[in-house]
Amino acid sequence: MKRRLSIPFLIGLTILTVLVLCALFPDLVAPYDPLAFDYTAMMVAPNAAHPFGTDQFGRDLLSRTIHAAGIDLQIALFATIGPLLIGATIGLLVGWFGGLADTLVGRLIDLVQTFPFLVLVIAIVAVLGPGLNNMYVAVALVGWVFYARLMRGEVLVQKGADYIAAARALGYSQRRLMLRHIMPNAIRPVLIYLVTDMALAILLGSSLGYLGLGAQPPTPEWGVLVADGKNFFTTAPWMSLFPGLAIVLTGLGFSLTGDGLADLMDVRR
Amino acid sequence: MTAALLEIDHLSKRFPLRRSTLDALRGRPRPMLQAVHDVSLSIARGEAVGIVGESGCGKSTLARCLVRLHEPDSGRIAYNGADVLALAGDQRRAFNRSVQMVFQDPYGSLHPRQTVDRILAEPLAIHGVPDAETRIERALDEVGLGTGFRFRYPHQLSGGQRQRIAIARALILEPQILLLDEPTSALDASVQAEVLNLLDALRCRRGLTFVMVSHDLAVVTHLCERLMVMQRGQTVEFLSAPDLAAHRVTNAYTLSLMHASSGFKRAAEPGHLEPLS
Repeated sequence: MKRRLSIPFLIGLTILTVLVLCALFPDLVAPYDPLAFDYTAMMVAPNAAHPFGTDQFGRDLLSRTIHAAGIDLQIALFATIGPLLIGATIGLLVGWFGGLADTLVGRLIDLVQTFPFLVLVIAIVAVLGPGLNNMYVAVALVGWVFYARLMRGEVLVQKGADYIAAARALGYSQRRLMLRHIMPNAIRPVLIYLVTDMALAILLGSSLGYLGLGAQPPTPEWGVLVADGKNFFTTAPWMSLFPGLAIVLTGLGFSLTGDGLADLMDVRR
Repeated sequence: MTAALLEIDHLSKRFPLRRSTLDALRGRPRPMLQAVHDVSLSIARGEAVGIVGESGCGKSTLARCLVRLHEPDSGRIAYNGADVLALAGDQRRAFNRSVQMVFQDPYGSLHPRQTVDRILAEPLAIHGVPDAETRIERALDEVGLGTGFRFRYPHQLSGGQRQRIAIARALILEPQILLLDEPTSALDASVQAEVLNLLDALRCRRGLTFVMVSHDLAVVTHLCERLMVMQRGQTVEFLSAPDLAAHRVTNAYTLSLMHASSGFKRAAEPGHLEPLS
């Protein structure tokens, strides 16, 4: 079967490709050193030499935004992979075995979800101390519930399907049923959510960076860049604008790619 | 009658229903749904037995108990004289090889992400059966599909083709007994006949024992020699297919099933409809 790649999917892929190139080879792409001060060109508005302008120390914002791509993509990956692994595993196990563990985990998920996500993450990071690694820990501790809930629901749907009954009648082991039959059919919505969550993770990383709890200066990170620029927003709006646009664009890239992948992965079409 | 291959003895199965928290606190007993109540049935080797009844009468639950998809609450199932419900480990696996099931909905009974090849290869691998290659090809030929279907996904197949794959999967371990849970009710009429004829042919060729669950008396009489009528989890009566074909039925419930399967009757001729006021 020939599948047509949709235009939004291609746009998303293009955005992500550019971002990954920026993240892998920032020195090749960026025109300047992101940390070099240039006192002859402070707070310069976007022009040919500095397409995104410069900040209050004369650092080139295009270069800083490009160098931040690595950190932000790392956040997108690390802040989602932990919750995915923990959540999907727990969801699979409690959905499949049910019983008391299922009830308890269900209540725990409800409990965690009653707190606003960001507030809970900030609270945990505040306790552990600022920094990216602690942020990943905090996100994993809170974010797994979304994956677990999604996975559990999907496992319950698949569990009742006749192909599972047929597999039981054929004498397949519990492990095989769970990993080879339930998992591949239940994981798809979870993976689709993963890509959306990557966009959210970048926003979260940026939010924490903005609050000074994520990436620490002078490391360029988009949230930090937006926060740096906020004091100069009336005189030099480009300082916050361009890193902000990078966040939006990355989020868009992940969402479009996620939707496209969801369509591609559906073997039933 | 020869010695029974499968013997169901006073089998009962209840399902717990939801109980409100308040009732639980009051200590009221959990309400139960009596799906199968004290059903006994003896099936001889090579026989084709139909279990009929309306939706919800417990016939599917009974069939699922036979392959231990449900554990019955009381009663006994004996296969070749051995207590099925006590089987464990290798014995249970051997039992799985001997008794297989075809499900009602061919859209739900095949793993959606496995190719036909994997669907058929997996049971062979699990049970350590050699020559998977030739067996798969033979199974596909046997259900009239041919090896061209081997590397297709279920979603690339029609309902009838899927049901043939499900039959091939059930037969690939060369079972003695095939349980058929409404195997044709999800298929349209012409495909229904094809699948029924296929099942009939397979049974003759392999000397299989059939237990067929259906709400459709016409389908059951086509395939089975003897049938058990169930209502609300209980046995209503036993009939032979010739009796049914000759309409020698006395039980009121069986009669109503018989009328239902003979198709809809027009209440009035179209020309005599009363004009709308």
